[in-house]
Amino acid sequence: MIALLIRDMRLAMRAGGGFGLGLAFFLIVSTLVPFGVGPEAAILSRIAPGILWVGALLACLLSLDRIFQLDFEDGSLDLLATAPIPMEGTVAIKALAHWLVTGLPLTLAAPAFGALMNLQSPGHFWIFVTLLIGTPALSMIGAFGAALTVGLKRGGLLLSLLVLPLYIPTLIFGAEAATRGTAGLSALTPLLMMAGITAGSIALLPFAAAAALRINLR
Amino acid sequence: MSLWEFANPVKFMALSGKVLPWVIALAVLTLVPGMVWGFFFTPEAVNFGNSVKIIYIHVPSAMMAINIWAMMLVTSLIWIVRRHHVSVRAAKAAALIGVTMTVIALITGAIWGEPMWGTYWAWDPRLTSFLILFLFYLGYMALWAAIEDPDTAADLTSVLCIVGSVFALLSRYAVNFWNQGLHQGASLSVDKEEHVADVYYLPLLLCIAGFVLLFVALVLIRTRTELRLVRLHRLEIRERMKDA
Repeated sequence: MIALLIRDMRLAMRAGGGFGLGLAFFLIVSTLVPFGVGPEAAILSRIAPGILWVGALLACLLSLDRIFQLDFEDGSLDLLATAPIPMEGTVAIKALAHWLVTGLPLTLAAPAFGALMNLQSPGHFWIFVTLLIGTPALSMIGAFGAALTVGLKRGGLLLSLLVLPLYIPTLIFGAEAATRGTAGLSALTPLLMMAGITAGSIALLPFAAAAALRINLR
Repeated sequence: MSLWEFANPVKFMALSGKVLPWVIALAVLTLVPGMVWGFFFTPEAVNFGNSVKIIYIHVPSAMMAINIWAMMLVTSLIWIVRRHHVSVRAAKAAALIGVTMTVIALITGAIWGEPMWGTYWAWDPRLTSFLILFLFYLGYMALWAAIEDPDTAADLTSVLCIVGSVFALLSRYAVNFWNQGLHQGASLSVDKEEHVADVYYLPLLLCIAGFVLLFVALVLIRTRTELRLVRLHRLEIRERMKDA
């Protein structure tokens, strides 16, 4: 399993698509929003946590189809399916690899990009914490969506249509926790709810995703 | 006669063909009097004027929108557990009706909201969860449309329906947390004695019964079409195999 994790991460970094592209996309979104809503510092600092969350979510969405698509095309997914690791384990590892090359860099970069939007002082900490807890759920839910659409020729657009509604609860609690924390209020309740979603997704979605993969490989 | 016999499409087609005209007749017999009674023979409400009458479309369609998703969840589970071929076609057939009901509920709500709340749309929990439900219906139907092989499509959409139900429920409570609402509480309930006044209540019940019967009729028609489509697909494959 560790070999699979290392292989997936190497492939993602060498292909140059996943990791750099997601971050660059996130930077561009953070740059475009002030052009859209105007440069007033008060407005920007009020919407900054929400915009950073939406930006991170979209950046995460960009690289989802790579989780299984390439392995499906060159047949290594068939080999993984017959390997001694259970399919659920393969899915979980691939989601983890996706998180390490997209979710984690986004989490680390978000407080810095917050400066572009005049994010106020406790906000950097809160955006970091909420993204750190929330992005694993995004990767796991995304892996489920990718497993559903892996057999399709042009699954990209369909994948976003399937995955974005599933992201709604995570986004609501994550952005709410970040906003409350930034405003100096107690953010514990939404933070715990989001942590619950993350834990539940990691515990249950590998089974659903593995079932979808088995159907697609049939 | 058990439910499982009708996993055989031939038996289902025979029975549904006989039942269908009766269901259609019953739907017309409840819906038309219910609507006419509701629209023309009930008084105007004190604070709402004529706009109260939209309740006869809005409430039944909103109820159906949610219940149709629940029905799709049950039929998807039956397909996954027992490979009941008619069941999953019924889920596909119901999705289009469900999305239509959701749109009707959203639009009639907007029309009612403009004079009453002064806005067509507010990010109220009920409105928001309906919009999210609409997105879930769209995703479900798009996945059906994208996959060519009928059995693969049935399996994958069933998995999506089950996972989607969990997330739809989560979203429903998440939006409650996220924003407080304008929408009033439930107008009807089985266990409480608080209802709208009887003059509105009785025609409303008739309309709800009419919507349910209309849904049953439509779902039967569409399921029959779906089964014929699957048969057509199989026959085409057989023809191609013969040529090869």
